[in-house]
Amino acid sequence: MRESVAAALQVNEPLTTSILEGFLREEVQKSGFHKVLFGLSGGIDSALSAYLAARALGPNHVHAVLMPYRTSSPASLADAMEVVKDLGIPHTVVDISGSVDAYFAQMDDKLGEPASPLRRGNRMARERMCTLYDLSAAQGALVVGTSNKTELLLGYGTQFGDMASALNPIGDLYKCQVRQLSAYVGVPKSILEKAPSADLWEDQTDENELGFTYDDADEILYQWVDLRLSPAEIVERGADAKLVDHIVRRVQRNQYKRRLPIIAKLSSRTIGIDFRYLRDWGL
Amino acid sequence: MSTHVHKVAMAQFSPVLGDVGANLDKHLSYVREAVEARAKILVFPELGLTGYQTQDLTLEVARPVHHPEIQLLVDASREIDILFSFVEEAEDYRFYVSAVYASGGSILHIHRKAYLPTYGMFDERRYFAAGDSFETFRTALGKTGVMICEDAWHLSSPYLLAMNGATVVFVPASSPWRNAMAAEDLGSHAFWRQLLQTYAQLLGLHVVFVNRVGYEDGVHFYGGSGVVGPDGSWIAQAKSNEETLVFAEIDVRATRRARYTTPLVRDERMDIVKRQLDGILRRGSTHA
Repeated sequence: MRESVAAALQVNEPLTTSILEGFLREEVQKSGFHKVLFGLSGGIDSALSAYLAARALGPNHVHAVLMPYRTSSPASLADAMEVVKDLGIPHTVVDISGSVDAYFAQMDDKLGEPASPLRRGNRMARERMCTLYDLSAAQGALVVGTSNKTELLLGYGTQFGDMASALNPIGDLYKCQVRQLSAYVGVPKSILEKAPSADLWEDQTDENELGFTYDDADEILYQWVDLRLSPAEIVERGADAKLVDHIVRRVQRNQYKRRLPIIAKLSSRTIGIDFRYLRDWGL
Repeated sequence: MSTHVHKVAMAQFSPVLGDVGANLDKHLSYVREAVEARAKILVFPELGLTGYQTQDLTLEVARPVHHPEIQLLVDASREIDILFSFVEEAEDYRFYVSAVYASGGSILHIHRKAYLPTYGMFDERRYFAAGDSFETFRTALGKTGVMICEDAWHLSSPYLLAMNGATVVFVPASSPWRNAMAAEDLGSHAFWRQLLQTYAQLLGLHVVFVNRVGYEDGVHFYGGSGVVGPDGSWIAQAKSNEETLVFAEIDVRATRRARYTTPLVRDERMDIVKRQLDGILRRGSTHA
């Protein structure tokens, strides 16, 4: 990443942390809740969400849910447990292997072919979402999101799966900013230093699957989204033309994942079009 | 065809949101079709080159008038007069919803939308600068003027054009169906029809209405393009909801007869309007 871009992406750590803590506290309590829960994968994004939530609400109001699948790396679970111990937060381990395997045993038979890794990965992400929302009702706790700005923009996530949440403190932080803030709030070193992975199959890493590094993506996305430079201008400033084009298309193609379903306008006031209130309405 | 009768073509179609290249191709193919049909004027809907809800695509789809893509359409006007609409980027980097009337390979007139709705489902003022005049220009049809969509929902716009001598008014639009619950003729469709008929009759002129079709994120544009004559009757009407190139023959002798029979424009008292408006503005009793 170019130095000037890296410098521009540096966040003011105490200020950012305090804004995000305030966000979690106020938006949760306004909704009439006092607790949150989230999936803790052992990766850096959910770890940062955990630290922010524990700081905002106190460790006893934060519940970590660890949801390994049988092929998940044991290191992921160990890293997640280190966060649990360090923060002293309650946790539940829910193995999703049984329900996911049962589903595909049935579907592979019906469709006459084994499910692709994409389908399996999506199903795991949505199984975890179902578990979180069930526990949300069981515990009276809001689901906190753990998707960062880079993956939301790239659409590198499962719609209604890991992208689902009631509120997301880290959705406006690029991956490099997640790293910076994670170090600041004290996320364990083993998590800070390992390669990011969705851990949906063995030896998967995000950057291998995406075909570019998060740093490259952040550099391009920042210039395009935040600075509103055109793809041509970003190339002029030294980025690889093919990569810029690939990333821009990816963001466009995945816009649907970032929006609620569109509704056909029929009446004079249509939800999502001209029926406009904040979610905070009435809170 | 008599020199009094002019064939006008109206391209009622669904632009691709944000894809100027694809929309330009569509425009050029309608140009060919209209030329083959021996039409003299071809009118496209509001923001036909960009799609309507450009939002943050505005910066990407905006074109200065001298841009090669705009010039292609201007060049095409050697064969047929063309009224088309796009996001115009001005020299000072203001962005307008504009309509260009091109004829004989050059631009005769640019109208910048003056009324940018920001109520209900609309958000135009967030992205666009507003134009500030309604001027007329001379074409084979005589003096003509342009109102873009919401412009026509303000009484003064057609009034000013008529007082400026217009006998034909073009109304490119991207008008959505805003309420399908309204009885009978649906929502804004009925209102548009009444509005245009009334203007045509009161001001003794032809109104050429070209509205797009298609959907953008659940918002449905109904079309309903057509021409209203000075007697308030529809000379031609496109079907709702489908892409089509419709034609109408405008006979300027109808205007002559209407303006003689019911000389409302002749008898208009602009001096009263001016005196009273001056007074109203002086007293500051308006928010305009």
